[in-house]
Amino acid sequence: MAQFESVQTRKSLLTGDEAVAHAVRQSNVDLVAAYPITPQTIIVERIADFAASGAFTGQFVPVESEHSAMSACIGGALAGARAFTATASQGLALMHEMLYAASGLRLPISMAIANRALNSPLNIHNDHTDVMGSIDSGWIQLFAENAEEAYDRVIQSFRIAEAVNLPVAVNLDGFTLTHSTEPVEMLSDEAVRGFVGRPPKRDSLMDEAPKSFGLMSLPDSYQFFKEDQSRATTGSGVTISQVEGEYAKLSGRDHGPLKIFGSGSKVMMVMLGSYAGTARTTARQMKNGGEQVGVISLGWLRPFPERQFLDALEGVETLMIMDRSVSYGAPAGPLASDVMSLLYRYGIKRKVIAVTYGLGGRGFLEEDAMKLFRYAEKSGPSFESFFFYGGE
Amino acid sequence: MSIKAYESDTRPDWCPGCGDFGVLAAVKDALAALNIPPHNVVISSGIGCSSNFPGFIKTYGFHGLHGRPIPVAIGIKDANPNLTVLVTAGDGDEYGIGFNHMIHAARRNDDIKVIVMNNEIYGLTTGQLSPTSRLKQVTKTSPSGSIIYPLNPLAALIGDGATFVARGFSGQPKHLSMLIQEAIKHRGFALVDVLSPCVTWYDIYDEVRKLMYKLEDKGHNPTDFYAAMKAAKEEEKLPLGIFYRDETKPSFQEMLKEQIGDGRWASKSVTPLNSETLRELEYEFS
Repeated sequence: MAQFESVQTRKSLLTGDEAVAHAVRQSNVDLVAAYPITPQTIIVERIADFAASGAFTGQFVPVESEHSAMSACIGGALAGARAFTATASQGLALMHEMLYAASGLRLPISMAIANRALNSPLNIHNDHTDVMGSIDSGWIQLFAENAEEAYDRVIQSFRIAEAVNLPVAVNLDGFTLTHSTEPVEMLSDEAVRGFVGRPPKRDSLMDEAPKSFGLMSLPDSYQFFKEDQSRATTGSGVTISQVEGEYAKLSGRDHGPLKIFGSGSKVMMVMLGSYAGTARTTARQMKNGGEQVGVISLGWLRPFPERQFLDALEGVETLMIMDRSVSYGAPAGPLASDVMSLLYRYGIKRKVIAVTYGLGGRGFLEEDAMKLFRYAEKSGPSFESFFFYGGE
Repeated sequence: MSIKAYESDTRPDWCPGCGDFGVLAAVKDALAALNIPPHNVVISSGIGCSSNFPGFIKTYGFHGLHGRPIPVAIGIKDANPNLTVLVTAGDGDEYGIGFNHMIHAARRNDDIKVIVMNNEIYGLTTGQLSPTSRLKQVTKTSPSGSIIYPLNPLAALIGDGATFVARGFSGQPKHLSMLIQEAIKHRGFALVDVLSPCVTWYDIYDEVRKLMYKLEDKGHNPTDFYAAMKAAKEEEKLPLGIFYRDETKPSFQEMLKEQIGDGRWASKSVTPLNSETLRELEYEFS
């Protein structure tokens, strides 16, 4: 029997978008400001429905753009509210300058990103180019592998954000997760409300002593603010783990900074998001056939779980790092670049194969995972170590 | 010019009965009537059902970002003022996320023609609140009825210095074609707001047919600012036609030409290729 307080749970069939909307409904959120964009739209619609039926007691504001959505969340958070928004792709790009305002002001705002490709050409399907364009905007970036994990991470995001005074984004793959129906074991409303509580009191526009926020900081001070912010983000892992641990006691589910399958295998595929499941299923089959392959699925990207990642490298010879976005002209994709700089910093040598795949919704099936695992197993020094994989 | 000259190989993916079919027919009709060859027309669009427009007509086209077709159109027109530059987009695009661009294009009197397919709903994302959705309108993002007042784009644009403001109805493509022709002939910025109902998410065909009348039938004087504003604010009935037209203001492009001359390389005509220049080119690149 799992060691957790048995709270009343309800197994429901939900899409990823619906799971996120339920998490928001249950989390004592004061303000949701959002603008519809595929494949996030259903999150907004469900929250609007919950607001209309009285199931969601916060304010829902349908604003005229994503820039306004993030700005309204910033205003709300400054006024002491627990604020949430959701977006995707161009919407996240339009928010871009306000993402930095939210993190620079150290505001606890939560956001779901229904990951989708960026223009041009126009494409509404999944990849990670949207979030990777904003990866350095100072937000904690968490990734879900399935609808239930998206639900869990959104609930946790409020506690994390308010504890470390940083905004938190929960990424879920567009369509693959947002529009697929999966079983989600929801916690009871009371359990979630008890877990998230109310936002702790902080300096806000609602204090009796008037304050101004976001004022000019010149060369004498700006860098120190940024240094503080960087330290807070890097150090937030401890808090994230604490929140995840507390949540695990309620739910029995601890997603953690990364999930390892086939620990210590010669070849490890490093994944972000829902396609990790495909890689894991394939690795399991191959392992049964005696092959030394495994999967590291990252649940946190910012902060990068450095220690946990390095611990996972024991016995590993080759890392095949799978990027669903392109860093044009860079030595590798963004995830691969992260991993390689981490290895170099700690003087750890591993063979790295950086693969770009799944752009604009391009599929990734077990046969693709198997082909790539086999390539990594055989790979010698003359093999290509940075390439695009697009299947047949 | 025959309407066939503008036929695209791509069939529109709009729902059967969508108002946008009427707008497409009217734009083709207007271009044909004015004898503008397809290669001299550029259509810039945003995101939404109506913004797929450039794919369904054989002219140059640019399918850009949500709310941003106007700045792209201005860049095109500035670089090559000889082109006829149209913007085709929806109310979400032009009256919401990109409305600021429209106000500034109107203020500058940029010589572009903005045709907004206004259906008072977000159609492509399946029925959410738009800037022109009405008070109390029930949509997927206003399940209890909207508590946000709708935008009045015509009054806003007339008030902010637009020199040509009209409203048409997709169910009256001949009349709409006339409005678009007048817009294209106008020197400067033109807004043609087109009531183009969404049969799937917010069908207002019957209502428009019941309430509409034509301003030209009532002796409306489009050079009269206050008469135009009054017509734009009319709520009982639905006036169609040219609300406002000011021919006294030169366009931004005309004033630019006055300042810098016609030195822009993109506006220079290309010398047709003859056998001699072809031989020279072959020699140069062989």
